[in-house]
Amino acid sequence: MSKTPLHFTLNGRAFDLEVEPRRTLIDVIRDDCGFTGTHAGCEHGVCGACTIIVNGETVRSCLMFGFQAEGATIRTVESLSQGGPLHPLQEAFVEHHALQCGFCTPGFLMLAVGLLEENPDMDEAAMRDALSSNLCRCTGYENILKAVKDGAQRMKASHD
Amino acid sequence: MTETRQPIIGQSLTRLEDPPLVRGKGRFVADVSFPHQLHMRVVRSPLAHGRLLGIRIKAALALKGVHAIWTAQDIADIGPIDFREGKIEKLEPYRQPVLAQDYVRYVGEPVAVVFAEDAYVAEDAADLVELDIEELPVIVEADAPPGVFAPGLSTEAAIVTQGFGDVEGAFASAHAIISLDLQMGRHSGVPLETRGAIGLYDSARDVLELHGAAKVPHKNRESLARMLGRTTTTLHLFEYHVGGGFGIRGEIYPEDILVLVAALRLERPVKWIEDRREHLMCANQSRQQRHLISAAVDAQGRLLAIRNEFYHDQGAYPRTHALRIAETTCGILPGPYHLGAYSATGYYRLTNKTPCATYRAPGRYETNFVRERLLDAIAERLGMSRVDVRRINLIKKEEMPYARPLSVLEDDVSYDSGDYEGLLDQSLKAMDWDALQESLKARRAKGEIVGAGFALFIEKSGLGPTDGAHVNVDTDGVVEVLTGGASVGQGFETVVGQVCADILGADYRKVRVVHGRTERIEFGIGAHASRATVMTANAVAVAAAKVRAKALDMAAELMQAQPGDLDIANGLVFRRDAPHGPSMKLGAVASALRPMAKTRGAREPGLSADGWFESEHQVYPYGNQFAVVKIDPATGAIAIERYLIAYDIGKAINPMLVRGQILGGFAQGLGGAIYEEFLYDERGEPLSVSFADYLMPTLSETPDVEVLLTEDAPSPRNPLGIKGAGESGIAPVGAAIASAVEDALQCTGLVRQLPLTPQRVKAMLKELQSRRGLPA
Repeated sequence: MSKTPLHFTLNGRAFDLEVEPRRTLIDVIRDDCGFTGTHAGCEHGVCGACTIIVNGETVRSCLMFGFQAEGATIRTVESLSQGGPLHPLQEAFVEHHALQCGFCTPGFLMLAVGLLEENPDMDEAAMRDALSSNLCRCTGYENILKAVKDGAQRMKASHD
Repeated sequence: MTETRQPIIGQSLTRLEDPPLVRGKGRFVADVSFPHQLHMRVVRSPLAHGRLLGIRIKAALALKGVHAIWTAQDIADIGPIDFREGKIEKLEPYRQPVLAQDYVRYVGEPVAVVFAEDAYVAEDAADLVELDIEELPVIVEADAPPGVFAPGLSTEAAIVTQGFGDVEGAFASAHAIISLDLQMGRHSGVPLETRGAIGLYDSARDVLELHGAAKVPHKNRESLARMLGRTTTTLHLFEYHVGGGFGIRGEIYPEDILVLVAALRLERPVKWIEDRREHLMCANQSRQQRHLISAAVDAQGRLLAIRNEFYHDQGAYPRTHALRIAETTCGILPGPYHLGAYSATGYYRLTNKTPCATYRAPGRYETNFVRERLLDAIAERLGMSRVDVRRINLIKKEEMPYARPLSVLEDDVSYDSGDYEGLLDQSLKAMDWDALQESLKARRAKGEIVGAGFALFIEKSGLGPTDGAHVNVDTDGVVEVLTGGASVGQGFETVVGQVCADILGADYRKVRVVHGRTERIEFGIGAHASRATVMTANAVAVAAAKVRAKALDMAAELMQAQPGDLDIANGLVFRRDAPHGPSMKLGAVASALRPMAKTRGAREPGLSADGWFESEHQVYPYGNQFAVVKIDPATGAIAIERYLIAYDIGKAINPMLVRGQILGGFAQGLGGAIYEEFLYDERGEPLSVSFADYLMPTLSETPDVEVLLTEDAPSPRNPLGIKGAGESGIAPVGAAIASAVEDALQCTGLVRQLPLTPQRVKAMLKELQSRRGLPA
């Protein structure tokens, strides 16, 4: 199958690629760019493990084709700490035991980062509603909610 | 610096596992690739039962990038998938072939396999493979009359029985006989990471490797070696991060064998990653049983006898665990109660559906539901309270250890320790049970459909018999704990690290725990049946104590003291009587023990030791769960207003992690109680093959849970006193919610089936109206 050119910025790095038009964005990010922190849990847009931020919006990277990200600015879980200290939400996930196997964690982190960047004052009801869009099979969610609530405060404090 | 020894066991420390996982630096099997790898795609049966007449691969083979396509005849020398525990004569002819031969027996059964340069191309080619199958009649219900599996073989592959005492006599003399017909739906673990496997053959060393192992790498190595005719020394399994196990991940499936055989024969690495639709059609499902159960009771409600007859829907083939769920169902059903006599008969039947095997709390989720429904029904019949009927039957603290002539996992049942009634009282108090009854009654009087229910349960964990570990301190003071355990995300590294650090006196953050690598350690029990903490942690404790003794002995000589004068904490050896005085790092002690170090003297080189732990019997943690529910008559939806889980863990290594196991297990149990069900149509076509059809709880459906974690009954069967935690959250959830729903509906015997989907709840409401003579 023929390939088409694709350019985007991923985690601050410019990529200049050639990919098949049918290739999903998650496959491009994982296999062509080598960022494997984004996980494919269902490939039909339900579980949210593949959640990333494209041009400031949280999206499911399994439901986008790579070429739809032409010119986009993309952030994945690897952008949060870049080898430095943990992002406030990452810290909160560790401290509240909000992960077990860790497979869904990158999706939850990027979902929460996207939500809180858009609305830092999100109340608990809105958080519950929004976080219900992703699936976790290990934790029973209670600790994820706690971590996001605490992470929201930490994010605010780090901006002050 | 002042050194003091602080306990590490029992502390809610953050996990050793987390930093890479939150950074997106975890490594799951899909994240692993090898140069020149081929991608594998499986062609699966579209029919639930049929005769395989032909497979046409020409068009698929012609596709650019396709390397090879195999059908059964290409791997005719590879036998069917073996049982984990070895040969089981009676079940041998029912084993699943790696690729279907003359028949297909479930939708999704592997029929052919494509190897291509690219995963997309492999999928294209698989679509071009044409199957010629003559459709045959299907059996989709295990309680339907048995049919023919193959000429001369019935679909009733086995009948399992257990029992004791004079059941007939007890029924003949009973004050009352209570009978129920109960069905447990089909659901499963459904981890968020799908399965995956990579086969790799190193011809230079003649070593075959399976990457993407989970759960039981060492046992699987033995099975695979047997099947492939290799020695275990030249076959190695590698576990990476595992995105949830729950019993279903890490069993040997056809795909594991295919990647290995292909890597050998095609002489290239072969990678297979399952997609979600495949997972929901092909990975082990579980739970589906129909129980016809009767109790004979005396006038006080004492259980004189139970007759437990059940149909076990195994799906199309036995899997690696063979008969274990049916056997556990027989052995564990009596739970925490006295029982005069008992007979269990399980019809282990094959149906044209996805094969089944163990899912977190196998045999317990089912039997807790069945037994606790029975207790509620007895209470109703005799006009007793649900609490009293349990109280009169509970095994007492003074009777421990309590043996019963039954077996679970080929281990004679012997409850080690417990105060079942004491924990029930704690929960009743926490729930303010009597006041709760009053307030629910008042709400029902106002027309609300609300109720409370509960279930008592016994768990089993820590099946031995033996596990070992090796602890080594390097010259930088880093402690490596080498285990044959496995991590499925439960926090294995943390728990083992805490035990090692506590006993040795090491810095917990400097402990590295190795697991899931057969090339590093010869034996291992892996992670299943909640045994990792009990068995592996106790073995680590033995090894760590030896390393500590050796470190003290060496340091004493260097510090001119007696070993008894010294202590170790945070990786430093110091004098007890002078904690401010000179100290020595464990790394320096390890340096003094290097083979060439003169300081070593006659001591064996290295600051390291092996440890073994042996256990005669499993340990039996216990608990109870309470639910308060409200039913919406318009939608049939069940809302959980309150949920309490009381559990006695014996001794918690890390309470935060135990609580995490309980909460996570609860959410899965909730799924099986209300939402999750693998449905099939009358042709055996699976109807639940996406997350739009197979509904798992999200945050919105999962209520906050109160956890009452106690340590009242440490196990006398291991020095640390610990019991397992992995299956405690899930095991009685269906039972407790069913009890609460019946209370809300004020009608015992109405809940006959799980899950309690909105449709079933509405049907019950309708039945209730007709029973009470009300217009629908």
